[in-house]
Amino acid sequence: MLRDITLGQYYQTDSVIHRLDPRVKLVGTLLFIVSLFVVDNFIGYAIAAAFLLVVIKLSKVPFKFMVRGMKAIVFLLIIAVIFNLFLTPGEVVFSVWKIQITKEGIYLASFMAIRLIFLIMGSSVMTLTTTPNQLTDGLEKLLNPLKIFKVPVHEIAMMMSIALRFIPILLEETDKIMKAQIARGADFESGNLIKKAKSLVPLLVPLFISAFRRANDLATAMEARCYRGGDFRTKMKPLIYQKRDRWAYVVCWFYLSLCIIIGRVLL
Amino acid sequence: MSIILNHVNHIYEEDTAMAFPALTDINLEIPDGQFIGLIGHTGSGKSTLVQHLNGLLKPTSGEIYYNGADINEEGFNKKELRSKVGLVFQYPEHQLFEIDVFSDVCFGPKNLGLEKKEVELRAYTALKQVGIADEYFYQSPFDLSGGQKRRVAIAGVLAMKPEVLILDEPTAGLDPKGRDEILDQIAKLREETGMTVILVSHSMEDVAKYVDRIIVMNKSRVLFDDVPKEVFRHYKELEKVGLAAPQITYIMQELKAKGLNVDTDITTLEEAKEAILKALGKK
Ligand SMILES: Nc1ncnc2c1ncn2[C@@H]1O[C@H](COP(=O)(O)OP(=O)(O)OP(=O)(O)O)[C@@H](O)[C@H]1O
Ligand SMILES: [Mg+2]
Repeated sequence: MLRDITLGQYYQTDSVIHRLDPRVKLVGTLLFIVSLFVVDNFIGYAIAAAFLLVVIKLSKVPFKFMVRGMKAIVFLLIIAVIFNLFLTPGEVVFSVWKIQITKEGIYLASFMAIRLIFLIMGSSVMTLTTTPNQLTDGLEKLLNPLKIFKVPVHEIAMMMSIALRFIPILLEETDKIMKAQIARGADFESGNLIKKAKSLVPLLVPLFISAFRRANDLATAMEARCYRGGDFRTKMKPLIYQKRDRWAYVVCWFYLSLCIIIGRVLL
Repeated sequence: MSIILNHVNHIYEEDTAMAFPALTDINLEIPDGQFIGLIGHTGSGKSTLVQHLNGLLKPTSGEIYYNGADINEEGFNKKELRSKVGLVFQYPEHQLFEIDVFSDVCFGPKNLGLEKKEVELRAYTALKQVGIADEYFYQSPFDLSGGQKRRVAIAGVLAMKPEVLILDEPTAGLDPKGRDEILDQIAKLREETGMTVILVSHSMEDVAKYVDRIIVMNKSRVLFDDVPKEVFRHYKELEKVGLAAPQITYIMQELKAKGLNVDTDITTLEEAKEAILKALGKK
């Protein structure tokens, strides 16, 4: 049940996308997200969809995994769609009693839905094909120039990678504790909202305790290995751009330019 | 009255590249009142198997019957099943959450919808059964030692008065004394109540002394299912799957090989002592 959330979970297989430099994937994802907000017509979204599909195909990650991540945002999606659908003023297409659906509302709602779905899918592709370690390395390298402004880049990257790494662990733990309490007759599903919230106590208390315990253990383990932050640390596998990475950059920038031209200039 | 598993298979993450068969064609019958040891190397599927017995996991294919009713059939009362088949998880101390020991043990029976008096009576009895002294009842469960926490967690399941008690590695991470104490208490409990007990373990030594039947799992399958004596006869095969017969079995085998006429089916220290004395006396 909880395993359905794929964000932050690596899918192990060998593909072109998996082998790309994490910096390319980070920048690529960013460009993809930007492109989603640049375009505002269906042709633009068709291009985005095509781009996304090709990347997913290349990544060899089963499509099911992308969709699984979606379950987590279904609620958000529905709310966004409903608000946009009913509350956008404009040319009325359809009205019942006081509720009016406008042409603009339909457009906005569908754009919003498409954007959200693509956004999650796009970032899922990144996290599914990049290990948390690679991701941090990439991020650290990309943000390195900020060190001039005394931004603790290494520490931020470290914190991020730990957080990402812990998502699946905590999910597994949640699953385990949930099962243990269900075995003791706990009921997480039925009842009204208050009862449901109350039923979470037997889940949350052990979960927090275990999270703190893990954090503590990790800190001790890091200290025992003389970890002391970013300065003077060298990498075992430094990131070096390959030919395919340069090409990937070209493709990504080309894609964004295409979106801008189609989305803004032509129409 | 029994639990029956019929061709049960379980595959984790089915339909993905990570698909993993954790149970393959499991057929078992667990009659009332038996004391069973479920043994296997790490990752052999023991925990997966026991989670099927109270309906926490659904088999990918195959059926499980409790007292003749298919537990995964529509309309089967799983909540009732879980009160009848009590499952104590691996490292159960991680599930404690209440402000004091006593309320934590009350959680199970309270969920059964019993009256307050009955709930408290059961919690009290259960805590006594696992040997927790009164002075700990109103302490925070987090202030107890590891072994004590483990007992409180076991009491939490006992308080539901299950007919079948399943313990998933109840002795993991305990010192030898703590281990023996907990196992002795479980054995005593079983004698008093006559409930079915399934004890999951890595160690033959642990279970040999107590159980009537041993089920050995290896790589998602049942490898042996017999009385301890018979299972230990296969000590060479057991070694191949990362397990071992109790040390005493090896000693008896060695003695026999050296020409001392002893019974090699012996599984406990006491029996061994008698057998050796007998063999020596006859000489
Ligand atoms: N939730 C899960 N998702 C995917 N695979 C799992 C899951 N739980 C267990 N497995 C896999 O199934 C196999 C059997 O696991 P199980 O926990 O049943 O083993 P076990 O015999 O209890 O081992 P141990 O002695 O270490 O507790 C393992 O290889 C494990 O990696
Ligand atoms: Mg286990």
